[in-house]
Amino acid sequence: MEYSHPWLPMTEDLEKAMLKSIGRKSLKELFSNIPDQFRLKRDLDLPDSHTELEVAKRIQELASKNKAADNGRVFLGAGVGVHHIPSVVPALAGRSEFVTSYTSYQPEISQGMLQTLFEYQSLMAELLAVDVVNSSMYDLASALAEAILMSVRVKKRSRFLVPRTMNPAHWQVISTYTEPLGIEVEKVDYDPKTGLISISGLKSCLNDQVAGVYIENPNYLGFIESQVDRISKMVHETGALLVAGVDILSLGIMRPPGDYGADIVVAEGQPLGTPVSFGGPLLGVFGCTGDMKLIRQLPGRLVGMTRTSEEPHERGFVLTLSPREQHIRREKATSNICSNQALVAVTAAVYTSVIGAAGLRELGESVAYNSHYVADRLDAIPSVKAPALNESFWKEFVVKFENGVSAQHVHEELLKRDFHGGRLLIEDFPELGETMLLCVTELHSKEIIDEFVSAVEEIVTSGGDGQ
Amino acid sequence: MNRYRQAKWNEPLLFEMSVKGRVSHKFPEVDKDIRRVAESIESMIHPEMIRAQPPSLPEVSELQIVRHFTRLSQMNFSVSSGTYPLGSCTMKYNPVINDLAANTSGFSWLHPLQDVSTCQGALELMWELERWLAEITGMDAVTLQPAAGAQGEYTGVMVIREYHKCVTNECEQRNEMLIPDAAHGTNPASAAMAGYKVVVLPSSADGLVDLDALRAAAGPRTAGLMLTNPNTIGVFEKDIEEIAEIVHDAGGLLYYDGANLNAIMGITCPGDMGFDVVHMNLHKSFSTPHGGGGPGAGAVGVKKSLEEFLPKPRIVRKDDGSFDFEDNLPRSIGRVHGFYGNFGILVRAYSYIYSLGKQGIRAVAENAVLNANYVAHHVSRIPGFTLPYSKDAPRMHECVISAEELKEETGVTAMDVAKRLLDFGVHAPTVYFPLIVPEALMIEPTETESKQDLDLFISALNQISRESNETPEKVKGAPHMTAVSRLDEYRAAHPKTLTLSWRMFQKQNRDKVD
Ligand SMILES: Cc1ncc(COP(=O)(O)O)c(C=O)c1O
Repeated sequence: MEYSHPWLPMTEDLEKAMLKSIGRKSLKELFSNIPDQFRLKRDLDLPDSHTELEVAKRIQELASKNKAADNGRVFLGAGVGVHHIPSVVPALAGRSEFVTSYTSYQPEISQGMLQTLFEYQSLMAELLAVDVVNSSMYDLASALAEAILMSVRVKKRSRFLVPRTMNPAHWQVISTYTEPLGIEVEKVDYDPKTGLISISGLKSCLNDQVAGVYIENPNYLGFIESQVDRISKMVHETGALLVAGVDILSLGIMRPPGDYGADIVVAEGQPLGTPVSFGGPLLGVFGCTGDMKLIRQLPGRLVGMTRTSEEPHERGFVLTLSPREQHIRREKATSNICSNQALVAVTAAVYTSVIGAAGLRELGESVAYNSHYVADRLDAIPSVKAPALNESFWKEFVVKFENGVSAQHVHEELLKRDFHGGRLLIEDFPELGETMLLCVTELHSKEIIDEFVSAVEEIVTSGGDGQ
Repeated sequence: MNRYRQAKWNEPLLFEMSVKGRVSHKFPEVDKDIRRVAESIESMIHPEMIRAQPPSLPEVSELQIVRHFTRLSQMNFSVSSGTYPLGSCTMKYNPVINDLAANTSGFSWLHPLQDVSTCQGALELMWELERWLAEITGMDAVTLQPAAGAQGEYTGVMVIREYHKCVTNECEQRNEMLIPDAAHGTNPASAAMAGYKVVVLPSSADGLVDLDALRAAAGPRTAGLMLTNPNTIGVFEKDIEEIAEIVHDAGGLLYYDGANLNAIMGITCPGDMGFDVVHMNLHKSFSTPHGGGGPGAGAVGVKKSLEEFLPKPRIVRKDDGSFDFEDNLPRSIGRVHGFYGNFGILVRAYSYIYSLGKQGIRAVAENAVLNANYVAHHVSRIPGFTLPYSKDAPRMHECVISAEELKEETGVTAMDVAKRLLDFGVHAPTVYFPLIVPEALMIEPTETESKQDLDLFISALNQISRESNETPEKVKGAPHMTAVSRLDEYRAAHPKTLTLSWRMFQKQNRDKVD
């Protein structure tokens, strides 16, 4: 064994000694159960071994082919958020004791992770104004899919309603998850002027077969769904559950979903201190009211507060209500989820503690002012309408290009000017016309915003007909 | 013997440290020219949707937060702290360089919806990683989208379902998934989420797939068989060729749960054994950290004939060598993730494979298997511990030891042994799994533990065996050297005392006062 590697403590001598001590002649003997015809008789077609220095070089080489959003010139949101991350967040959440542990199956030596996840559950519960938040799902998309399955289990009904304006990628994920179980998910129309859910449309879809109704706030298209109390009443009157998906960072200034009667809440938790990282790891925040009927059907892990069995009864934390889960209930479990996004939840706990309510309000206001400033400036450009849907928005809004200007053209021209515009909506929402979904955050400085607006103006006025 | 003492801080919750007006972060003030755009928040956001009461979050200083989470971390055992032989979880060393790689700003600050011309490096990394994983498993195509092993299983089972829908046209009729009784709980749970009826296969007297039971169960209703190989007791299913034949002859597909891939990388390929679909846990075999319960990544590999069913979008390399996403895949099962999966984890796995290379990947399997056999051999010779099932067959990446004799002789259970191990600065093995082994201790040392570490572990079990005979109360009362002693799980789960958040805790206290 002339091969050596820093991560492998075995040596040739040790290998011999260990084989001898267990009465085996060779390594080959240990693989004797593998039928000969299946033994690989060649090297794998993989790269050769590399030193740390060489690995770092290769990683740099690949990373340098990307143009990342840390330059404050990218105006994309659409499901994830590029935000400032306070320096203590990665320093603490990145502590190796958190990073390299696994699920706290042995609570006596895992109080650190368990208490941190309990604090995560608690902090999210305060933000969302619900009693219960689990200790994470994969992302908002799968959390929403699980929320639908949970509603169907709780209500024993097989239809579910969502707004037509919801995040299209999330729509695809819930379609994947609901189809094999025969759950009918239907889209409710929206008011073309405001984007808000059509109340008459909702009314005509609601009946006693509907297990739940999903609303987003702010909606994928940026506007604020202001009819929540009315919707909540209608949904509950038909005996269905209200499922709300919210932008977690907006909750410093926006009404929390628990406040308007949401039974189940989901959110994308990545903006709480985790970089966008090309779309993952994300964090599926998943919560519900304290109703035991709901809690018993909850997917995912839960950390509970308890005390030591013996005197003096010291406070401690454990994983609890596990009879809902796959390792006990197997095919009857509330979900198949096992590994989740715990470290992202830890990050969210640190971030939320650091930012606090005051910080969240500062952040919320800063985002609102910046985004409204951008919309205001863009709207002043001929052939540009911003916001194109609804005046009431927080971080994202739809920009519409008129008089033959194509959104794709604006996008390409912005790229040439070292800017990245918003998500193009033409494929998913063709009825909205030539639009993009622009996202503005606290990271966008006035200088960059002004330069961006000038760039759009120049593109739109010089390239009127688009091509 | 190692003298271990875990930190114990009696650390309050942050909520309990809160002092009104204290802050630990500030954002810049809004530019005054920007502020002019609106009179107030109410003129930008519908007034009815403004939060009336700020969330009651803790108000603490930056240093308080630093101390709080530092102290909590010190009360958390990890691979960085010591041996972590948690069976089926492959708790190997998580190389630091891999974290640095994932945190490179060119990756970590890359927005997933950026124009592909601005993320060619990320796509190239994923494209290359897909190929490496396909090579290691003997598959033709790989998706990196699933966020964990269980989501990988779900994806794989959905692929099987789509195959029966589109190819055999027997989706309706083939509504059963065969799963051995020793399988991990996620297997039946994933199959059920895909709408399948789970048919449980009993294990043979050797702890392997019972061929007769399989023959009896497989038929026109069979969609597939989900199998772990090496299996849950750590033994390679030597009849795998016959197993594959039975399933394929019945018209089903063979699914490989790759949680145990660590034992066979570079030694044999699931694809060669007849598996049609595999999932890999990158947080196991490929060293990405477990993060206290995640995030992981559950890549799925398939044979050519199933490629068209993989989740979309897929990454393609165009003729000019550039990379792109392909979304126009009508037979795809659809999406399972909001974007492309846990990308940061994929970077770590890439860095891991690139570092070890073909020689290293094989060495990983060899060393992991040698370590597991070393432990199996020596632990099964300790009084009270046995190695049930297929006694003479070598173990692969792990071994399942039974403490049944110890329990009969001394009253000390597998759980007690696990708790006592904590006092030695060692994490406990997986206990009471698989269900076919009474008083199970499932031990997976991994290749990154040294012989010294293994000897320490074995001598700890030796001492526990002695103690169980001489001073059993000491073992039953364990752990003694950890931050807390055993916790009241009944109280934690009881509806009257169930406390899942600070909010619930305060409500309970309020109710008590009222
Ligand atoms: C054999 C086996 N299969 C599947 C899984 C599920 O993987 P994950 O936890 O990543 O969802 C695990 C791990 O927990 C496992 O050990």
